[in-house]
Amino acid sequence: MTHATQALDQMRPPYPAEPGAGVYSNKLGMWVFLASDVMFFTALIGSYIVLRFGAPGEWARPGAVLNVPLTAVNTFLLICSSVSMVKAYAAIQDGKKYFLRPVPGKLLRDGGLKFWLLVTMICGAGFVSVQVVEYIKLVGHGFTPAGFREGSLLAEHAAADPIKYGATVAGLYGSSFFTMTGFHGFHVTCGVISMTYLYFTKVLPEKYSPQDYRGIEVIGLYWHFVDLVWIILFTIVYLI
Amino acid sequence: MTSVAHARPEGGAHGAAHHAPMSFWRKYIFSTDHKIIGIQFLFVSLFFLLVGGLLAMQIRWQLGFPGKPLPGGGILPESMVSGGVILPEYYVQLVSMHGTFMVFFAIMPLLVGVYANFLIPLKIGAHDMAFPRINMASFWLALLAGLIMTASFFVPNGPIRSGWTNYAPLAARPDLSGVTVGQMLWCISIVVLGLSSVMGSLNYITTVINHRAPGMTWFRMPLSVWALFITAILGVLALPVLQGAAIMLLFDNILGTHFFDPAAGGQALLWQHLFWFFGHPEVYILILPAMGMVSDIIANGSRKPIFGYHSMVFAIIGIAFLGWIVWGHHMFMSGMNPTLGSTFMVSTLLIAVPSAIKVFNWLGTMWRGNLRFHVPMLNAIGFVSMFTIGGLSGIFMAATPVDIPLHDTQFIVAHIHYVLFGGSLFALFAAITYWYPKMFGRVMNEGIGKLHFFLTFIFYNMTFFPMHIIGMGGQMRRIYDPTIYDFLKPQQPLNVFISYSAFALFAVQILFAFNFLWSLKFGKKAPQNPWDDNGMEWSLPNPAPHGNWERTPNVYRGPYEFSAPEAGDKDFLPQFLKLPTDRDPVPAPLPAGH
Amino acid sequence: MRWWLPDAGSTFAGPIDGLFLAILIITGIALVLVEVGLVTFVIRYRGRPGRKAFYTHGSTRAEVIWTAIPAVTMVALGLISNHYWVLIKDKKSVPANAYHLGVHAKQFEWQVTYPGADEKLGTTDDFTVRNQLHVIVNQPFAVELTSEDVIHSFFVPEWRLKQDAVPGMHITAWFEATKTGEFELGCAELCGMGHYKMRARVFVHTPDEYKAWVAQQAAGGTE
Repeated sequence: MTHATQALDQMRPPYPAEPGAGVYSNKLGMWVFLASDVMFFTALIGSYIVLRFGAPGEWARPGAVLNVPLTAVNTFLLICSSVSMVKAYAAIQDGKKYFLRPVPGKLLRDGGLKFWLLVTMICGAGFVSVQVVEYIKLVGHGFTPAGFREGSLLAEHAAADPIKYGATVAGLYGSSFFTMTGFHGFHVTCGVISMTYLYFTKVLPEKYSPQDYRGIEVIGLYWHFVDLVWIILFTIVYLI
Repeated sequence: MTSVAHARPEGGAHGAAHHAPMSFWRKYIFSTDHKIIGIQFLFVSLFFLLVGGLLAMQIRWQLGFPGKPLPGGGILPESMVSGGVILPEYYVQLVSMHGTFMVFFAIMPLLVGVYANFLIPLKIGAHDMAFPRINMASFWLALLAGLIMTASFFVPNGPIRSGWTNYAPLAARPDLSGVTVGQMLWCISIVVLGLSSVMGSLNYITTVINHRAPGMTWFRMPLSVWALFITAILGVLALPVLQGAAIMLLFDNILGTHFFDPAAGGQALLWQHLFWFFGHPEVYILILPAMGMVSDIIANGSRKPIFGYHSMVFAIIGIAFLGWIVWGHHMFMSGMNPTLGSTFMVSTLLIAVPSAIKVFNWLGTMWRGNLRFHVPMLNAIGFVSMFTIGGLSGIFMAATPVDIPLHDTQFIVAHIHYVLFGGSLFALFAAITYWYPKMFGRVMNEGIGKLHFFLTFIFYNMTFFPMHIIGMGGQMRRIYDPTIYDFLKPQQPLNVFISYSAFALFAVQILFAFNFLWSLKFGKKAPQNPWDDNGMEWSLPNPAPHGNWERTPNVYRGPYEFSAPEAGDKDFLPQFLKLPTDRDPVPAPLPAGH
Repeated sequence: MRWWLPDAGSTFAGPIDGLFLAILIITGIALVLVEVGLVTFVIRYRGRPGRKAFYTHGSTRAEVIWTAIPAVTMVALGLISNHYWVLIKDKKSVPANAYHLGVHAKQFEWQVTYPGADEKLGTTDDFTVRNQLHVIVNQPFAVELTSEDVIHSFFVPEWRLKQDAVPGMHITAWFEATKTGEFELGCAELCGMGHYKMRARVFVHTPDEYKAWVAQQAAGGTE
């Protein structure tokens, strides 16, 4: 073996790391990125808590302004996408690179990486779509980042029942709702785009194998994180 | 042949780039080589350092000679000067943008962008960063952020008028600040810069953890690498908080949200808490790498191992940890609960402890050494003595009652400049001179370097030391014209003195710029190990090729084995030198499953 | 030319200036120690041919000493400082007999509201004067700080008193002036382009002078 090949090898992961974290670099990098993302959401969520508890009035009652059942369905969709991501990960660990394959003696076909990752992408895209529809409806009703728009349906409701609609702090409510859920939606969108990219460059050409599925593992970490953030946001923004 | 088994079928592009001849664009502009990226950062941030310095000169003109036309001020538009005299709104913009440029686009990228990039792989025996393309993106985003920030000078109403700290609600309300587009550009620029910083930092962290050469154990890492590693951790955790805050501020400005607007239930102090929760770790981002590089240079200049290596490492970690729980000391006068103030006072005072450990250990390193006064060493000594003043003056403001008269006066301006200029910038003069041969294959002129150091040292102290006295006298920060106050009139002569010193200080930097540029072409060719140093980087030719080492090097000992008995008649013993008694380190097994 | 803190003008000046001096002495000793050490080493251990540096990696005893001394000093300093901090800034420290004034800050002026003859704020005989703060010597005063728009900071150097006025917050700051005469009140927090000219005149009166001034104002006096 020549020096050149050796150097070539050493320049690509996995490096001959010593002593190292025992984790390959892409995964370690994703963990570090997630730590930084935790801080980002902490800033937003922390501000929300400070603003809500320091506010001069009560927040709107849960469900008064926001459509909780719709978002509950949407939450379920996102949790499903986490489950399908786990299935995709398990599939490639078992070497199932295919889309669907009939299993003798069983009615349902067995899903492979191509199937489960596609399910994840569809669920993620569905989540964002529902969120966009929700935004359009909310803004249509008069709920904006600046509060209730004057002359809108919600402004009328709020005038009639200021306690239920949290009229005094509607501005803060709108500010924090749109900022937090918006940035979460942005994260989901980025995830779907990354998965789509991986799907066409790596998954369809069957470049992953049980020996090397780093891309799936790394995007999976990100996806579960985004899912977890949503469960926190859904709880504190919609339910309480 | 074991390495063949680890080879991956995909991703050969990088290896190919190592050998194929590269175009100019690929090699110097869209480069993924950590050394080139470091050099790109160097040129860009030196440019922003110059911009920040020019803004400072205008500030000093106004403070020294309020109401007199600025020399050359005629070229500025009527929105900034009137009849050549700086307008109050332009003065506030000068102050705000001087801070912004110096902190975010000069000192931070000079320390982290340049030296984390350039030094980490070279010093730990890695071929490159863990993610070279993310690294390249990090540079381009930083440049984009800098251009967006610069653009704010050319938009209607100009750049921000609320200080580099952008205290809300002033910064959140265009109707109160008079700034519209400039404020948005500031926020957008900071979000982009934050992204760049996070991308850079996650690279540094991953590289240090996973890409150390065999034998480079944690406690064989040079203190510069330790400091840059800890700094990267601070960066990855602190910058997102600023990004979050800047996004909220941006939305307050353009979407009509009310995060920081008390009139609609928002909270003015929330901005300060977020900003300083980022801001204080940021302060350590701006000094820790300087401390690390100075440690390397002092050990080299003293021809002695660093005194108390382990306590130096723990002091870095201690400072970084304490940095997270002291942000409230910027807010002692803000109306925050006084009991909270007491807590922040104690944690702040405790930072003096690891800082003192570092200073005493540098002294301990020089004690009974055999000092070589090369230019980097002189600047490093300058760093130690100036950082000491900066650190000690911090104690005045950490003690809350004494902070009352000193808060937001020129005293804090003196303090920050003793730490950032006397500290970080002297360290940078040292570092630039020290690793110049590694970057460009030539040595900077020593005579000019020494002259530059002594003149800078003198004019620097003449500029910033009197600011303590002016601050004690009560001169508030960021005021356009101190002479309208009766109690400030008696000390106006000192303001004039400071301004003259500052002009001289700026002029002296021409020596440095000349030396830097002239030596690129005409400097003496550097020998392979110009400073007789122990670091891994000196086992490579100057400048080092893309990919650094042909084969991953082995590391045989710690970084500071100067004057070790085994070294024989030499007074240094490099980390890469294999003595007959040394055994090769065993590479660690690869991560399971991959 | 002034080389020190402004002349003392309130009861806070004593402890604060004392603490300032104490810190100056402590840090002065540390500074001299470091700088003299540095210069000594630079001269004494300058490189000469044939000399070799003393090979050592440090000394645990030295580390313990220079960790412990700063730590003890800082904790002691913190305890002493906290005593005065609470005295000056804690809400409970405002003396019961303090006169209350309303100070409302806005871009770029100070509006001072005086309680009038009944010595109570919030009654009909209150009156407001722009950019003039009148107080009585040797009498505790408490200013109720509010802000109209952005953050300002109430700063009277001679009194060693500084307190931000934050929109949406109501902050009380107290002081007791000890010297009669005319002083200045400045804004210490950047509040916009007119920050530098946000200046008010401060008059410290004897009780009789103050009474006379209040009476004159109540009679619709000149500002």
